[in-house]
Amino acid sequence: MGRTSSTKEDAGALFHSLRSAYAATLVNLKIIDLYVGFAIFTALIQVVYMAMVGSFPFNSFLSGVLSCVGTAVLAVCLRIQVNKENKEFKIIDLYVGFAIFTALIQVVYMAMVGSFPFNSFLSGVLSCVGTAVLAVCLRIQVNKENKEFKDLPPERAFADFVLCNLVLHLVIMNFLG
Amino acid sequence: MATMPASASDLLKSFKLKTKQQELLIRVSILCLVYILAFITRLFSVLRYESMIHEFDPYFNYRTTLYLTENGFYDFWNWFDYESWYPLGRIVGGTLYPGLMVTAVLIYRILRFLRFAVHIREVCVLTAPFFASNTTLVAYFFGKEIWDSGAGLVAAILIAICPGYISRSVAGSYDNEGVAIFALLFTFYVFVKAVNTGSLAWSLASAFGYFYMVSAWGGYVFIINLIPLYVLVLLITGRYSMRLYVAYNCMYILGMLLAMQIRFVGFQHVQSGEHMAVMGVFFLMQVFYFLDWVKHMLSDTKLFQAFLRITVTCAVAVGGIALGLGMVSGYISPWTGRFYSLLDPTYAKDHIPIIASVSEHQPTAWSSFMFDFHILLFLFPAGLYFCFKRLSDATIFIVMYGLTSMYFAGVMVRLILVATPAVCLISAIAVSATVKNLTVLLRSKNKVVQTGSTKGSGGSKSSSKALLDQSQPFQKNGAIALLFGAFYLLSRYATHCTWVTSEAYSSPSIVLAARGAHGNRVIFDDYREAYFWLRQNTPQDAKVMSWWDYGYQITAMGNRTVIVDNNTWNNTHIATVGRAMSSYEDEAIEIIRSLDVDYVLVVFGGVTGYSSDDINKFLWMVRIGGGVFPVIKEPDYLVNGEYRVDKGAAPKMLNCLMYKLCYYRFGEMLTEYGKPPGYDRARGVEIGNKDVKLEHLEEAFTTSNWIVRIYRVKPPNNRWWLNRYKFG
Repeated sequence: MGRTSSTKEDAGALFHSLRSAYAATLVNLKIIDLYVGFAIFTALIQVVYMAMVGSFPFNSFLSGVLSCVGTAVLAVCLRIQVNKENKEFKIIDLYVGFAIFTALIQVVYMAMVGSFPFNSFLSGVLSCVGTAVLAVCLRIQVNKENKEFKDLPPERAFADFVLCNLVLHLVIMNFLG
Repeated sequence: MATMPASASDLLKSFKLKTKQQELLIRVSILCLVYILAFITRLFSVLRYESMIHEFDPYFNYRTTLYLTENGFYDFWNWFDYESWYPLGRIVGGTLYPGLMVTAVLIYRILRFLRFAVHIREVCVLTAPFFASNTTLVAYFFGKEIWDSGAGLVAAILIAICPGYISRSVAGSYDNEGVAIFALLFTFYVFVKAVNTGSLAWSLASAFGYFYMVSAWGGYVFIINLIPLYVLVLLITGRYSMRLYVAYNCMYILGMLLAMQIRFVGFQHVQSGEHMAVMGVFFLMQVFYFLDWVKHMLSDTKLFQAFLRITVTCAVAVGGIALGLGMVSGYISPWTGRFYSLLDPTYAKDHIPIIASVSEHQPTAWSSFMFDFHILLFLFPAGLYFCFKRLSDATIFIVMYGLTSMYFAGVMVRLILVATPAVCLISAIAVSATVKNLTVLLRSKNKVVQTGSTKGSGGSKSSSKALLDQSQPFQKNGAIALLFGAFYLLSRYATHCTWVTSEAYSSPSIVLAARGAHGNRVIFDDYREAYFWLRQNTPQDAKVMSWWDYGYQITAMGNRTVIVDNNTWNNTHIATVGRAMSSYEDEAIEIIRSLDVDYVLVVFGGVTGYSSDDINKFLWMVRIGGGVFPVIKEPDYLVNGEYRVDKGAAPKMLNCLMYKLCYYRFGEMLTEYGKPPGYDRARGVEIGNKDVKLEHLEEAFTTSNWIVRIYRVKPPNNRWWLNRYKFG
C-alpha cells in the first residue's frame, strides 16, 4: 500500500522535474513547439475524418495531411537553427524522428489498403526503421560523453554509418519487388 | 680456430629473431599445419574407394549444383522440378537453401578461371574439407577473442580432428552442414567481436555472416534464438552498454532484411513463433536505451528506480499482450514440429512418424558422446570453471553457447555437430589455462633459486628459503608430471579421433564393403549398378516408385522421375506409397496404376546380410501409411507384437507387396553353407513364404548381390472387352 503511493509520488515528482527542466527553455522555442503541436494535431484530425468518410479524392487528403506534416518538420528545423545548444545532435535527432515518422505513415497506409505485396511493405518500413537505428548508433559513437567510444574517430564512425546504409539500401532495392 | 666459432655464433645471432617474431613464426606454422591436417584427415574415403558423393541428401545437392552450373543462377532460382514427386512436382528454387550450391559453383568458377580443368563433382566432394579447414582458422580467432592466442591455437587443433564435426564434413559428404558450421562459428565470432568493440563495421560483418548461415542451413534458427538469449542475459546481469546496443541493433535490422532475401525463409522473421524472441529483445533494447537517457537526464536515483520498475513492467506487459494477440489471431504461427520436438522429445513419436523414423533424430546415448568427444567431455566442465572465473561479455557468450548446444545435443544425435565448436573452444580454454599455470610454476622456481643464491643473507631467511626449496622440487616435479599427463591425454585424443574417422565416419553408404571368406575386401557397388541400369534401359519418361530414402539418388544417378524423395514435404504422398507397399498385390496395383508408375524399386539385404534394407524399414512404411489411411493397421503385420518374416509370421505380412517383391525367387537361393534355401541372412531366419508369384509385376533387374531389385509394371490384361461386356 505504501509502496504504490510512494510510486505515485515518485511519478509525480518525475513529472515535476521533467516539467521544470522544460520550463527552463527559452520563450521563442516554446512558441515554435506549440506551433509544431498544432500542426500535428490538425494532421491527425484530417486522418480521423478520412477514416470516417473515406478517402475518395485521395490527392486532396494527402495534400492536406502532408502540408501539416511538412510545416511541422520545417518548424522543427527552424527550432534547431535558432537553438544555441548542440546543433549536430539535434540534426541527427531530427533525422531519426523523421525516419520513424515515415515508417509510421507507411504502417497507417498499410492498415488502410492492405498488405498485399508484403515484401514491398516490409522493405519500406524496414528501410525507415533501419536507417533510424543506424543514425542512433552514429549518434552514440560520435557523442563525446560516451567513455566507451573515446578512441573511435568520428570520421570512422561516419564511414561505418555510410557503409551500413549502403548495404541496407541495396538489400531494400532487391527486396522491393 | 678462435674466429670460426665466433663467426658461427655471429651467424646464428644474425638469424636469431626477437621473441615476438619467434612467437609469430611458431603460431603461423602451427596454424598452417592444422589447416592441412583438417583437410587431409577427411580424405579417407576418397583414398579407399573413389571420389564420389556419399549418402542420400548430398545427391540432391549435387544435382542442383549441376543444374546451376549448366543453366545459370536465374534459371536455378526459378526452377520447377517435374522429375520428382510425380505428379506434383517440386518448386526447387523456393524450397532449398542455396548457400552450399552457390559456394561450390563459385569455387568451381574461380578454379576454371585460373585454367584448372576440374569437374564440378570434384569440387563438390572436396568442399566440406576445405570449409572445415577454414573453420579451424575461425576457431583460432574466436579463441583469441575470448581468452588469448594460446587458447585459440588449442581450439583450432581440437576442432580440426574432433569426430563430432568430422562425421558430417568428410570428403564426399556434400551436405549443408559442411558449410553451415563454418558460417555458424564465423557469425558468432564476428558478433562477439562487435559486442567487444561496439563498431558498426563488425556488426555489418555479423549481419553478412548471419545471411550466409541462413542461406546455408535450416539450423540458423539456433543463431536467431541464441543471440537474443545472450543479450537478455547481459541485460539481466547489468551489462547493458552502448557497444551492445550498437552491435545488436545493426545486426538485427540488417541480418533480418538479408535473411528475408532467401525465398525458403520468406517472411518467417516477422510471422513465425520461432523468430519472435529476437524481435522482442530488439524492443527491449529500445526500452533500455530510453531508460538510460532518462537516467542521464534525471539526477535523482530514487525516482529513477521507481521509473525503471514501472517502465520495465509496462514494456514486458505490452510485449506479452502483443505476442499473445499475434498467436491467438493466428498471425504468428506456432513452433513447427521439427523444432518443437527439440523442446518436447516425445512429441514426434506420437504425432509425426516421419520425423521420428529418422535415425539421426533419436536422443543421444552416452556412448555417442564419448565416441564423438573423448577427453573433451571432461575438459568441458573444467573450461566452464575457468570461464566463470574470468567473466566478460565474450566468456558469457561462450558459456551460453556451450550449455544450450549441449542440451540440444542430448536431445538429438544429429545436433552433436552444433555442440562441437562450443565444446572445443571451452575445452581449449581449460587446456590452455592449465598448461599456462603449470609452465609458470616451472619457470618461477628457477627465479626463486636465483634470488636465493644471490642474496644469501641471515639465518632465518636462509631457513625459510630452505623450506621453500624443499617444497619447490615437489611443485616442480608435480608440474612436470601433470604436463606429461596432459601431453599423454592429448596424444590419446589424436589417436582416438583418427581411429574413429577411419573406422566409422568414412563410409560412402552407397558403396558397401565387407570381408570375404579369405580376409580379402569385397566391394558391393549394387546401388550404382541398379541406377545406371535404370538410366540405360528404361524409357526417358519412366516413373519409378520406391521408398523415399532412395529418391534423391534415383533422380541424380538414374535420371528418372520418382514418386517420393528425401524432401518428405508431402506426408500424404509418402503415405500413399507406404500403403501400396503394405497392401496385397491386387490393391497395390490400383494405387500403382493411379500414380502412373512404370517401375518399382526395392532394396533387399537377405543375400548379403545388409541390414538397412526395406524389410527392416517396413514397419515405418506401415506406420506412416497407417497414419493417413486407417485401413493399414500395424498389428496386422505383427505376431504377438513381434515382427517376423519366417513361418510364424502374420499372413498379411507374408503376402504383402513388399514381401513378395523382396523374396521373389529367393526361396530357391542358397545363401549360406549349412542352411536351407531361402535363408535370410539379414534377419537370420528361413523365410516363411517361399513360393512367391507375381501377377501384375514382372522382374526387370536384380543386381549382382541381390541388393537392389527392380520390377516392371505389366500393362493391364487383354480381357478388357469381357469386362466391358459385363458392365455395359
